[in-house]
Parts: sequence; structure tokens; C-alpha cells
Amino acid sequence: MAQHVVPPSTYVKVFGGLTILMILTVVMAFFNLGVLNPVVALTIAILKALLIVLFFMNVKYSSKLTMIFVACGFFWLLIMFFLIMPDYISREWLTPAIPW
Amino acid sequence: MSHSSDSLVAHHFEDIEQQNESAVLGMWLFLGQEIMFFGGLFAVYLVYRFKYPDAWAAGSTDLDITLGTFNTVVLLVSSLTMAMGVWSAQTGRQKSLIRYLLATLVLGSTFLVVKFFEYKHKWDYHHVPGPSFSFQSEHFPNAAESNVQLFYTLYFIMTGMHALHMVIGAGLLIWLIVLAWKGKFGPHNFMKVELTGFYWHFVDIVWVFLFPLLYLINRHH
Amino acid sequence: MSTIAARPESALMPKRHYANVKHSVASWLLTTDHKRIAILYLISITVFFAVGGFFASMIRLELLTPKGDLFDGDTYNKMFTLHGIIMIFFFLIPSIPAVLGNFLIPLMVGAKDLAFPKINLLSWYLYIIGGLLAVWALVKGGVDTGWTFYTPYSSTYAKTEVFLAVSAAFIAGFSSILTGLNFIVTIHKMRAPGLTWFRLPLFVWAHYATSLIQILGTPVVAITLVLVGVERIWGKGIFDPSLGGDPVLFQHLFWFYSHPAVYIMILPGMGVISEVITCFSRKRIFGYEFIAFSSLAIAIVGFLVWGHHMFVSTQSTYAGMVFSFLTFLVAVPSAIKVFNWTATLYKGEITFEAPMLYAFGFIGLFTIGGLTGLFLGAMATDIHFHDTYFVVAHFHYVMVGGMVMGFMCGLHFWWPKMTGRMYPATIASIAAIIVFIGFNLTFFPQFILGYLGMPRRYHEYAAEFQVLNVMSTAGASILGVGYAIPGFYFMWSLFFGPAAGPNPWGAKGLEWQTQSPPTTFNFDEGQPIVVEEAYAYSIGGSESVS
Repeated sequence: MAQHVVPPSTYVKVFGGLTILMILTVVMAFFNLGVLNPVVALTIAILKALLIVLFFMNVKYSSKLTMIFVACGFFWLLIMFFLIMPDYISREWLTPAIPW
Repeated sequence: MSHSSDSLVAHHFEDIEQQNESAVLGMWLFLGQEIMFFGGLFAVYLVYRFKYPDAWAAGSTDLDITLGTFNTVVLLVSSLTMAMGVWSAQTGRQKSLIRYLLATLVLGSTFLVVKFFEYKHKWDYHHVPGPSFSFQSEHFPNAAESNVQLFYTLYFIMTGMHALHMVIGAGLLIWLIVLAWKGKFGPHNFMKVELTGFYWHFVDIVWVFLFPLLYLINRHH
Repeated sequence: MSTIAARPESALMPKRHYANVKHSVASWLLTTDHKRIAILYLISITVFFAVGGFFASMIRLELLTPKGDLFDGDTYNKMFTLHGIIMIFFFLIPSIPAVLGNFLIPLMVGAKDLAFPKINLLSWYLYIIGGLLAVWALVKGGVDTGWTFYTPYSSTYAKTEVFLAVSAAFIAGFSSILTGLNFIVTIHKMRAPGLTWFRLPLFVWAHYATSLIQILGTPVVAITLVLVGVERIWGKGIFDPSLGGDPVLFQHLFWFYSHPAVYIMILPGMGVISEVITCFSRKRIFGYEFIAFSSLAIAIVGFLVWGHHMFVSTQSTYAGMVFSFLTFLVAVPSAIKVFNWTATLYKGEITFEAPMLYAFGFIGLFTIGGLTGLFLGAMATDIHFHDTYFVVAHFHYVMVGGMVMGFMCGLHFWWPKMTGRMYPATIASIAAIIVFIGFNLTFFPQFILGYLGMPRRYHEYAAEFQVLNVMSTAGASILGVGYAIPGFYFMWSLFFGPAAGPNPWGAKGLEWQTQSPPTTFNFDEGQPIVVEEAYAYSIGGSESVS
């Protein structure tokens, strides 16, 4: 719960991890990985966000309830993305069949 | 809610534990709505990047990666100092609490100043959407100028909304520093510091996504 | 009408209660007592209901004749836009949660107040600021975009006060978010000892589901309205087709909130009905767990169906098919509720008090509204019905026939708790019947009009539609009378109504165990301890379920 005191050494380690990930994401951007570029960038961003949420924001030491709500927030975001995109991906599919 | 020194528990709570748990849950719910608030912008970003990949690459390549990276470092360090501030409050270190909060405030302000100069640079080069917008890309001939303008519109709205949250965060930090100066925080009373920390880290997370999505598209060109 | 058995004739008004501890105006405007804030909301939403109702009656008056003889097109556009904006953002969305939910949730969970009383007051002020902005937009010349603010008309072409109206909705949205946040924390953290999740009244479950939608959906429409506002001020924006922006994307983001918002409006009504049906059947509710979880299911599935508003908007047909299928899914949890309510009535000792009449009205009208929704959720029929009066009739059956009936039902049920006084039962029952008749006469002809092809949002129409339109306008005047009568007898009851006593209906639930009206901290004898399930009425013991 909120009373859990995380030692500064953990914070410093997490900060080290975040710095390494940040350098990695900048460096990787200069390599041509094709479609993998955004995938790598987003994976690193998600890892960084996880580190911040779990340690800086104490979620690793909080109740299940907190974890559920945090997960819920991100899950709803995915709902929005996954249901908006099909429209844009498939909108052109039928166009050639229309005679005018 | 009420924080007189003799009683930290508000009248409608049974004990301090219930009060703290409620505050933490409430803050997370607030951050949940923040996720969806920024989420709308990310959805817009996703759709248009899918529709106009070249314009997105052209606009992104033109952003200043050095300043972007510098600001990322600044925000990460500010998250560390914020976390250390919470730790200081939890362990009753009054002076280091004030120092860490001040450091966080300075770093946050640095971010905003750098952001201001980035905006000014865009203004000078007519990259601010509007009648005088003009953009030429050497690397991405397929990028239509109008679509790059769309990218810049989104860039300004996303970073602007993020900067607005930073300003609010800075305001909260000043409030905390004043309270800390008056010695209001201690091992049994640090929820305000902790919850402001949550907010600050959340704003950092938004930047963690904004940075690669805005600055790092197709840098290999 | 049967008499109210449980009310002792000798009941007296308690000497001290939440409403008479202090009398100054400041003690009301700066209160953090959830019950006083609920009363503030009740007064303010009633005002907005009257304003929205005024615009509705202007619309119906104009449509009395096929020609546009009362207003020109522009004025008519402003009429229906303001009717929509005010009724949705300033009446329907806050109605049950902010009034009844605010008043009752702490009582029902046995708490002294909501978890964040100051934030509760803040959300009332946000609501008022939003409301004043809406009124300002109205006074400055109105808005004509429709309540949906569709781009590019709203962002580029409209010459009316779109920015003000958008700001009003934006601010009112945060009021709604903060109310939802307060409810969820209260329900999680402040339940009385022994009050397990499955002992909670279904009213609380319904509000929990509603609050989830408020927190997860409202911010999306908030940022969308920001984008529209920015585009209006800046001249360039996200939905601007000249930059390659997609106006349909606005609709996606708008309906991502605004379809679930329909469930923000209807779920609390369902919660009220669950309480009232079981009380006046004197019977344990049938399928408690199913009703509880169907609320959550509606909240979740409700987020997956928004595309059915966009079948004719150039949205991809394939996406439309997915949304159409998901739309049919949301009918399942809604139907579960209706079936469980009717099963609760079966072999109950039913009495026909005024709240019960409203509850019956709700079930029937909501069912019609829900079933006609399926016509609109099917792509093929929607091509025909889209933007006709069929749609208008459909959502008014859900919103007015469902939500307003639910609100009236709840208000009549808990009025004795809120004020400590009874209203005249016979007149209330007559008013309920008038509302039911007036409502159906107003909106059923609109189904037929829509089926015949009369489009919505025009101030003129073809002469052959006049008979049905006259019926609809006649019904609206009856409906108006039906809504006005409670205003009079509620005011009367405040001063002359007989004292209600703690539990005039013989209902179960913690809110009925304290005095009416309650004291400021609700339970003066200390926090109550719950030892039995909700709805432990005499008929249908615990074996009737699961």
C-alpha cells in the first residue's frame, strides 16, 4: 500500500534502466529496420512506461485493485485503437466496385 | 481533506488507512481519465500516421532531435528527483524533501523553456500551421505540404497539451514546496507529495510516448 | 390505489436533519454534505429541464403545420440544437447520478459522506459553470450544429456560438468525471462492515458501472471538443479536409464517448427500477447476480458499438459489419434486466404506488426503445431509417421513456427520504398515468413518421405527414402537463405533506434505517453493520436465485 517505502537505490537503478532504454531508442531510430522501426520504438516506450508505473508510481507494491484500474485504463485505450483502425484499413476495399 | 495537526483523518473516514487508500484509488482513477484524454490524441495520431506515412516522416525528421533528447533526459531526471522527494517525505527528511521538490521544479521549468525555444524555431521557419505555413522536404518528395501541416497541427496540440500538464504540475510543486517549508509533511502525512508524484510521473510517461512518436520517425534517411 | 401500510400515522418530522442544521445561503453554496449537494443538483437540473423542455415545445409547435410559419430554418436549427445540448449534457447525464446517486450512495453503503466531499462540491460548480456558458451561448445567438457538433460544419462553417457551446460541454464533462470518480472510490472503500459486494443494492451496482463509463469515456469527448475548439480559433485543425484531415474521425471520437453516454443515462435508471420493483412486489429480486453483472456488461460492451451511428458516414462497410454485430450483443444484458424484473413481479404482492407506476412505464417503454434500436443497429434497415423520425422516436423512448421515467420513479420513491414528507399519493399516480399517455402519444407517431420517411431536423415537411405530427404535438402538451403536476405537489408536500417516518414504503436497505430526512452524518448511532442480503423481502427466500 501507500505506506511501502521504496529505498533510493531502487529508484536510482530504475533511472539507470530508463536512461539506457532512452539511449537505445534514439540509436535504433537511425538504423533502417523497415516496419520494425515503429515496433522497436513502441516496445521501448512501453518498457519505459512500465518501469515508471511499477517503481516510480509504486504499483508493484500496491493492492490488486490499483493494478486492475491501471490495466483498465490502458486496456480501454486499446479498445479505442482497435475499433477505430478497421475503418481506416478497410475503407478503400469496396471503392473500386462502385461504378461512379 | 482537513489537515489540522491534531487530527489527520477527515470526519467521514474511519481511520487514516481508509483515507489514504481512498486518496490513492481516487488519484489512479483520475489518471485513468488522463490516459483516455491523451488517448484521443494518440488515436488521431495513429489514424493519420497510417494515412500519411510520408508526411509524418517528413515532419518528424524536421524536428530537433537534440533538443527532444535533451528534454527527455530532463524529464527522466525530474521523475527521479520527484521519487526521491516522496522518499524524503516518507522518511521524515524535511530539508531533502524541499531540495528534491525544488530540483523537480527547476527541471520541469527547464523542459518548458526548451519547449518554448523549439516552438519559436518552428515559428521562425513558418512551420506553425496557418496561412504562412510552408514546408519543403528533400528526403520525402511524396509528402504533401498540406499533410505535413496536419502533422504540425497535431504536434503542437499534443506537445501543447503535454506542456499544459507540465505547467499544472509545476504549480502543484510550488504548492508542495510552500507546505514543506511550513513543515506540513512527515512519515504519517505525505499523501499530497505522493499523489503529486503520481501526476508528475504520468506526465513523464506521456512524454515517453510522445518522444519516439513525434521525433524518431524514419531518422535513418 | 392501496394505502401505505408501513407509515405510522403519528410519524413526526425529526427536529434536526441535514437541511435545517444551518439556514444561510453560504451554508448551502459551500456545503460539502452530499445530501445538500444533491439538493443543489436537483434544483439546477430542474431549471435546465425546464429550459430544454421550452425548446422541445417550440419544436413541437413549429411542427404543428407543414409550413415553417413560426420560425425560419436557422432559428429552428438553434431550437433543436439547444434542446439537445441542454437536455443531454445538463439534464440527462447528471440527473439520476448527481441527484439520487449523490444523495443515496453514501446512505446505501452506510458511510457518512462520499469519499471526496470537496471534489463533490467542485463538480457541482463545474456543472454550473458549464451550464452558465451554455446559457451564455444561448443568449448570444444560439448554436445550430446539432448537439453532436459534427465537423466540418461545427469547426469551419457554422456562424453561431459553437466555441461557447463546446466549452460548456467540456466543463460539464469534468463535472461528470469527478462525480464518477467519487462514486467508485466510495463504493470500494467506504462500505459498512458486513456490506459485501453481493449485499450491495443494485442501485449501487448500476452507479458503479455508470461511473466507469464516465471516467473512461468522458475524457475522450473532452479532448475531441478541445480539437473542435482549437480548429475554430486557430483556423487550421485536425479535422480540416483541406489538410487531409478526416471529418469522420471526429465522429469516431465523438461517439466513442457519446454512445456509452447513452448508458450513462440509462444505467442509473435501471438501478432505480431494480429497487422499486422489488420493494412494491414485496419480493426478493430475481437473479440478483445477473442484474448486477449485466450492468457491468452493458458498461463494457457499450464501448464497442459506437460505429452504428456512422453506417452512412463513409465509414468502411466492413467496420460497419463489426459494429453492427457488436450492437446486437449489447441487447443481451439489457434483455437480462428486463426479464429479471418481470420475473421479480411474478407471484409478488404487487401494489400500485406512484413510483411503481413509473417503474412499469420504464419497463415497457425501455423495451420498445431497446427493440427499435435493433432496427437501427442492423445496417440494411438503418440505411432506410437513418436521420428520420424513427431515430428520434427510438432515442426518446430510451431517454425519456427510460431515463426520465426512471428519474421520476426514483424521485417519487426517495422523496420521503430526501424531504421527510409524503406527497399526495392519488394525484401522483394520476400524474404518472398522464405522463405515460402523453409520452406515447408524442413519440409513437414519430416511429410511423420515420418509417414513412420524414427526415429529422427540418422545420418544414410534406403535407401528408401533418396528421401524425399534430398527434405528436398534442401528446407533447399532455406530457408537459404530466411533468408540471409533480412540480406543484412536491412543493406542496415540502410545507404541508404529512411526515413520512424513516421507512414509509416498508423497504429494505440502509437508507431506510435512518430518520427521514437524515442527519448531516447520516447514521447518528454509529456506522451500521449489515447482516443480511439486499432485498430480504418476505416473498421468495434466498433459494429463488443461483
